[in-house]
Amino acid sequence: MSALIDGLTWLLLLGGGFFVVAGGAGLLRMPDFFTRLHPAGLVDTLGAVLIILGLVLQAGFTQVSAKLVLVLVLLFLTGPTATHAVSNAALVSGLMPWTKRKDND
Amino acid sequence: MFDVTAAILLVGMAFALVRAVLGPTIYDRILAINVHGTKTVLLIAVLGFVTERPDFLDLSLVYALINFIGTIAVLKLIKYGYLGDGP
Amino acid sequence: MLIERRSLLFAVHRSENAKRTGGDLVRAISLYAALYGVWLLLSGFFSPFFLGIAAVCCALVVYIALRMDVIDQEGHPVQISWRLIPYLPWLAWQIVRANLDVTRRVFSRDLDIDPVLRWVPASQRTDLGTVIYANSITLTPGTVSTDVEPGRIRVHALSGDAMAELETGEMNARVRDVEG
Repeated sequence: MSALIDGLTWLLLLGGGFFVVAGGAGLLRMPDFFTRLHPAGLVDTLGAVLIILGLVLQAGFTQVSAKLVLVLVLLFLTGPTATHAVSNAALVSGLMPWTKRKDND
Repeated sequence: MFDVTAAILLVGMAFALVRAVLGPTIYDRILAINVHGTKTVLLIAVLGFVTERPDFLDLSLVYALINFIGTIAVLKLIKYGYLGDGP
Repeated sequence: MLIERRSLLFAVHRSENAKRTGGDLVRAISLYAALYGVWLLLSGFFSPFFLGIAAVCCALVVYIALRMDVIDQEGHPVQISWRLIPYLPWLAWQIVRANLDVTRRVFSRDLDIDPVLRWVPASQRTDLGTVIYANSITLTPGTVSTDVEPGRIRVHALSGDAMAELETGEMNARVRDVEG
């Protein structure tokens, strides 16, 4: 039973780590600011969810798990708001998105 | 297993830091630091399990809040040039 | 000067929102219960001394919130909570799919992206509904809401596919259902 939980934890933690690194790599590879917003979303969503879920599995049904879930809820509420604030500020300041096509408005 | 996760998180944080140094615009830097902060929250939570001291989770909570407020504060500073009611 | 400005703020706030209703007391009580729950969760001490301090602190916060007039349909939206329950699993599934898509694009050799920036209609009735919709768009990697106006949201998408999926309007309709 505990071996099963350990295996699941490994899977979740490594999966979360993969998405966190993918977010970092995307941050480096993307051509301009607006495209970099999307890999940042990877870290905010699946990266955080998988790592926290892995920790919850190890902690069991305790106060520690409750706090971990609270951290997750906070990240889910503040992450998109911060992303929206940064992108809106960039757009208002006149930064234009990099495009392949020309059908924007 | 937690130390491995912490190492992976550090690699991701290094990527974010490189982007923060490279820029090129101020908004790239703010975004990179915001992402770096999210990863720090996760790292603190994982470190709590590495050292087997769950108290670290409280720091993690507080860091999540500070990260958000810091991002908004820096954005406001850039947009208006001051943080209070007026210049 | 300060008092004048504050009263002006209040006047604007009052006229924007619906007038106070009997639901205020229910909202205050549910806020108190939520605050007390968070306190118990975070402290983990159950001696009478700490429980007493918690009661006083939560009462103080609820009193300040009442004075600031932030306990209303927007500040403490209990009316939508049960309609959120069927929406969240659907949103979670969308987030997982979008994550895999963006990860594939990040690691593809020639960086398979085609960014677009376009207005998308938002047909929610209330500001709260529009905020939920915009937040859901940003939470889904591949699409980010960059600007919000009444009735429409400016969305930056990483690829034409992500934008096309948003423009089918399924998420829009589901958030409208959450509003009731």
